[in-house]
Amino acid sequence: MALSPADVLAGIKEIVEEVAGIPAASIELDKNFTDDLEVDSLSMVEVVVACEERFGVKIPDEKVTDLATVGDAVNFIVNAAA
Amino acid sequence: MSQRRVVVTGLGATTPLGGDVASTWAALIAGKSGVRLLTEDWRELLPVHFAARVATEPADQMERVEMRRLDRSEQFALVASREAWKDAGSPDLDKERLGVVIASGIGGVITLLDQFDNLKEKGARGVSPHTVPMLMPNGPAANVGLELQAKAGVHTPVSACASGAEAIGYALEMIRSNRADVIVSGGVEAAIHQLPMAGFAAMKALSTRNDAPERASRPYDADRDGFVLGEGGGILVLEEYEHAKARGAKIYCELVGQGLSSDGYHIAAPDPDGAGVQRAIKFALADAKLSTKDIVHLNAHATSTPAGDVAEANALRLALGKDSDHVAVSATKSMTGHLLGGAGAIESVFVVKALQERLAPPTINIENLDPAVTIDVVRDTPRTLPAGQIAALNDSFGFGGHNVVLAFATL
Repeated sequence: MALSPADVLAGIKEIVEEVAGIPAASIELDKNFTDDLEVDSLSMVEVVVACEERFGVKIPDEKVTDLATVGDAVNFIVNAAA
Repeated sequence: MSQRRVVVTGLGATTPLGGDVASTWAALIAGKSGVRLLTEDWRELLPVHFAARVATEPADQMERVEMRRLDRSEQFALVASREAWKDAGSPDLDKERLGVVIASGIGGVITLLDQFDNLKEKGARGVSPHTVPMLMPNGPAANVGLELQAKAGVHTPVSACASGAEAIGYALEMIRSNRADVIVSGGVEAAIHQLPMAGFAAMKALSTRNDAPERASRPYDADRDGFVLGEGGGILVLEEYEHAKARGAKIYCELVGQGLSSDGYHIAAPDPDGAGVQRAIKFALADAKLSTKDIVHLNAHATSTPAGDVAEANALRLALGKDSDHVAVSATKSMTGHLLGGAGAIESVFVVKALQERLAPPTINIENLDPAVTIDVVRDTPRTLPAGQIAALNDSFGFGGHNVVLAFATL
């Protein structure tokens, strides 16, 4: 099922807020997970697993390092679900 | 050079009687029980349907996001340490002179078992990346050390139900040996889960008085039938005396010594002769340069097991001799239940408060004193302690035959 970028962004905001306690309002496409949002490596694993469950996609471990920003993650998930 | 002296400058606790030291102490002096029926369905799997949960859930004391990456034992450690650190006046010192020694008897056992359930249900991908930092027994100490940026050393002694006392003794030696000036020390436990409870029940160690949970923990009573599992923790900020004086800290009392021994007798049963306990008491008095005459109060290990309470009482009688006539013995597990690795720590908090308030807490639920118990037990209502310079002991023993006795004295 195709996912819209807006839906994926909304979902990621909820997940990051739940996992890392970062207010959804401050989570934007250009934000870097590590540098801007201070999501540490362990929490990033939680974010990835939660995204897989929510969006029904597989995010291989070797791809996770490429997902630097929220926008990277949205693009990956939208493409993977297409 | 004379030995560096160690004083207590901060206290923190979260216990079945209260979410902090003040509420816990008030309930303790009022003789209230923290033991309740469990509300979980799994209690029906067990022969024991009750335990002593903390009076205030960590969820009411910390942020949700912080909690979700902490085992319950680590949550207790942070809650109690924050209170103790604040109580000590949040001392500003070189972090290389600040240490943390916080024990736990069995570590993050709830995390371990919950994540095993996740593994079985969802596979490896379902196991939290926080699992290992949450289940490691040094997790409580490590999290407190991180928060305070302690750099003199962060340690976790493990000796079952003596762990909390051993941690405080370890901290004493760290300050004496000039490794640190301030140590956040104590013990925590969060093991109210069906598996550890089933394990203790299989040993016949737990009371099964399901019709009267609040009456189940009854140290020294003739009809005692086992201990009641409790949870929570206690923290003491220990500080080198001159350091505390120089910054104008509030000083509760001095931690004057510790005595350590091991039974070499049985993995779980107490040595009925109590020889190891007697030696630990003698060592503690010698280390503290005290005589039996100086001791006016003792917080006993007394867990409410048939064998343990009498073995300890006999050992106290023998170690203190005639002077045991003026030692007011309190068995506070009658109210808190048994916090395992947290026990020696909360009971040290109680001894410090007893010296400060000159008041020995009561022992509740003694309907008929076991005739084999010939020590002076403080029953039902608290007892005033003498004026002047006084000292008190805290006994803690653990499965494996570990004996730790801590000695505290007014300044």
